[in-house]
Amino acid sequence: MTGVWVVLATLALGTVIGVVRLRRDGRMREQAGDRLTGTVLGAPLGERATLVQFSTAFCQPCRATRRVLADVGALVPGVAHVEIDAESRLDLVRELDITRTPTVLVLDAAGRIVRRASGQPRKAEVLAVLADVVPAPEAARDRRPSHDPSHEPSHQPDEM
Amino acid sequence: MRADPRALRFGAAVTTLVLVLVLVTGSAWLLAAQAVVFALGLAGRSPYVMLFKALVRSAPKETEDARPPRFAQGVGLVFAVAGLAGLLAGITPLALGATAGALLAAFLNAAFGFCLGCETYLLLRRLLPAATLEVHQ
Repeated sequence: MTGVWVVLATLALGTVIGVVRLRRDGRMREQAGDRLTGTVLGAPLGERATLVQFSTAFCQPCRATRRVLADVGALVPGVAHVEIDAESRLDLVRELDITRTPTVLVLDAAGRIVRRASGQPRKAEVLAVLADVVPAPEAARDRRPSHDPSHEPSHQPDEM
Repeated sequence: MRADPRALRFGAAVTTLVLVLVLVTGSAWLLAAQAVVFALGLAGRSPYVMLFKALVRSAPKETEDARPPRFAQGVGLVFAVAGLAGLLAGITPLALGATAGALLAAFLNAAFGFCLGCETYLLLRRLLPAATLEVHQ
């Protein structure tokens, strides 16, 4: 008889966890946080904002998250997308208390953490957060693709 | 290796059903069978997934990385073995607790598509940075 009660309690608990998770998953939460630098991240910060994604190999939604953030990075000028392999940066994972992958941090131009989402964020919400966090573009005509790792301005020789 | 997410979800649903039956009947044999299924799943040969593939011939719209669910089957195996030890040794709280843990994970996967086992991976790595938890292809 105890077994039946355990079943009912477990399924009830599972339903509560599942519903809470569905509602919270990927939601951007405000966070007054630490400041990260390009050196810590191992990649240059975006001019206006940086989307930092923590991933692991054992993470199903990381791939879709990468697609969303890369899209946003290509769409909004001055926004860089940096993906960090959580397993090779356990120091940073502990420091920032990251418990799940994907976890996405939104950094402002100075590298301050302003938002945090665990789970796969929705594209519309990331765009809305950027509009909120990033100052209006004055020099938005400068359409350099921000996910381009090479930061040297037009050093490529014109061979054509 | 790629996996059909529909087959994984089906497997989680069958696992949920089996673990409910284990809790209701207290059958060590059934839990042992489920432990074997977890072990086969860890090896990438889950009989539930094979059953789905035999029944449903259509190709999946998208596939997913097979490693996370295999790791999760390994987590399930640990819980099933603990539950089995509890049943055989007559330690009822261990038997019920461990089986309930496995049931919770299977239910979340079947009903909501959340892979609890996959997500414990990073937490485990945070606790045991030196551990190698590679699942070989």
